[in-house]
Amino acid sequence: MSSTETEFRDLQSAATSHRGDRVFNRTITGAAFTALVVLAGITVFLGLQAIPVLQTQGLDFLTTSIWSPPDYGIWGMLYGSVLLSVVALVIAVPASLLLSVFMVFLAPTWVAKVLTNLVDLMAAIPSVILGLWAFYILSPVSEEWQQLLNQYLGWIPFFQNESGNFSGTPFTAGFVLAIMMIPIVTSVTREVLGRTPPELINAAEALGCSLWTMLRYVALPYGRGGLIGGVMLGLGRALGETIAVFFVLKIVFDPVNYYNVIESGGGSVATLIVAKFGEASGPYETQLLLAAGFFLFMMTLLVNVIANLIVNRTGRLQK
Amino acid sequence: MATAEYDDVRIDDVQELEREIASQRDANVPIEMETRDISVWFAKRKVLEGVSIAFPKQSVTALIGPSGCGKSTFIRTLNRLHELIPGAALAGEVLYEGSDIYAPEVDPVHIRLKIGMVFQKPNPFPSMTIRGNVLSGLKLSGMKRSNHDDIVEQTLTSAGLWNEVKDRLNAAAGDLSGGQQQRLVIARALAVNPHVLLMDEPCSALDPGSTLKIEETIRELSKEITIIIVTHNMQQAVRVADNTAFFLATDGNPGHVVEQGPTTEIFGNPRDQRTLDYVNGRFG
Repeated sequence: MSSTETEFRDLQSAATSHRGDRVFNRTITGAAFTALVVLAGITVFLGLQAIPVLQTQGLDFLTTSIWSPPDYGIWGMLYGSVLLSVVALVIAVPASLLLSVFMVFLAPTWVAKVLTNLVDLMAAIPSVILGLWAFYILSPVSEEWQQLLNQYLGWIPFFQNESGNFSGTPFTAGFVLAIMMIPIVTSVTREVLGRTPPELINAAEALGCSLWTMLRYVALPYGRGGLIGGVMLGLGRALGETIAVFFVLKIVFDPVNYYNVIESGGGSVATLIVAKFGEASGPYETQLLLAAGFFLFMMTLLVNVIANLIVNRTGRLQK
Repeated sequence: MATAEYDDVRIDDVQELEREIASQRDANVPIEMETRDISVWFAKRKVLEGVSIAFPKQSVTALIGPSGCGKSTFIRTLNRLHELIPGAALAGEVLYEGSDIYAPEVDPVHIRLKIGMVFQKPNPFPSMTIRGNVLSGLKLSGMKRSNHDDIVEQTLTSAGLWNEVKDRLNAAAGDLSGGQQQRLVIARALAVNPHVLLMDEPCSALDPGSTLKIEETIRELSKEITIIIVTHNMQQAVRVADNTAFFLATDGNPGHVVEQGPTTEIFGNPRDQRTLDYVNGRFG
């Protein structure tokens, strides 16, 4: 009660009073904000292009599927991007999981090391090379696979094919995307499974469980958040991939191919942009393509936000 | 002088008699498990040599010895966990109820269910509840037992944890304290109805209070099942174990059993000088 005013010492500036430190800290902070500025810049630039397009085309730009003047609508392309990604996920996720289970729990150390390097190398293949490979090698082979799928599983709606044309299908495009996703998803899942605490594996072994039950009840639940994160990372790549898909997918606006994955023709926003940009008839068509880019960007942002939510939620449950 | 000499003789006689009684008592108790001339290698390195120990039914046997003498390795050969380490090799026999557990027709999963194990670090499954953990052995091994509620209550009671957790069986196992987690893990091991429980330094990560509780649990459990416990704590061996085996590995030689017998003998009247030095804390 001797004095009513407490005199606080200035701790903040004392801590950073060293001049070199202060400069360094500010540089780092500035660099960190650059990422935000770039993200905001892209959003604003694309958004500004999208506004006049929405003014002239209305919401039809998002809900119809047509690309002939004066009407433009990208619904088929937006939907196609998602369909290709789903096909890619269905192929890539099981393949990546099996691959990483083998590398973590079954393979001798040297085999696991060699495989790890090979898979990482796969990620380094430029997508244009993959596209060329898919065009010359994969497509003809894939057509035969699809004929077999149609012959034996044709009663499932996904594997129906009315036209008899098996080239330029969402299946082939999705397969190429899967090949691009596998290295990303595998390196994350391998890392996550490899972090399963050895004492939990010990516990499971001592309770007499098989590799399958150990994975099912111990390793997969333990790494759930990381595994989902890895899959979403791969999905982000699949949604935006352009050039590899460009080589093998036949772009069709109408009718929209909703689920016949082995029927010729499909859509992809990214591929639409690269296909039409060079031959755009004028500034208005360029603006339309930029607007399409804006909605693709929004879609990938949405996927990432959802992925983050899922990862955070499962992460919290575990504690 | 004469009286003193007379007294010495008498003490020797009494000890001899006690030893005889102890060995006779052992002969009458049926043997649950027995190892014969077990040797163990990791890749080319021999880490254990010629270990032969008998584990009487419903008794507690402590395995003591300095770090790196092969106690933990030995205990892992008893439920065939050792073979899961790449490069591990083994010679000799491990008999459980009279038959070799390494015989070609034996299913290791079956062995691990009959011979349960508790590890040094409490390792409940973090993604499961308390109840889920107790029942996880049944789930993981695909074993069918009815009355899950009874199993949960019985095993948690046997592990001395029931009163502390009965109102929150669906809480996450990770919320329990270290000592409670270790007792939960014991309950989990008991749920599959093992005949033998292996414990690899079960109290080394716990505080004295929790340690005492686990020791009470061990004494209680040994009325039903056979317990084999690795411990660095010699007081613990004295408190819980009927029999003790002293392991030692010297100067790069593989570990072996220096001396084994009733715990009172090993600590009160060891025959080997090295045992005497170790139990009196002169090395280790």
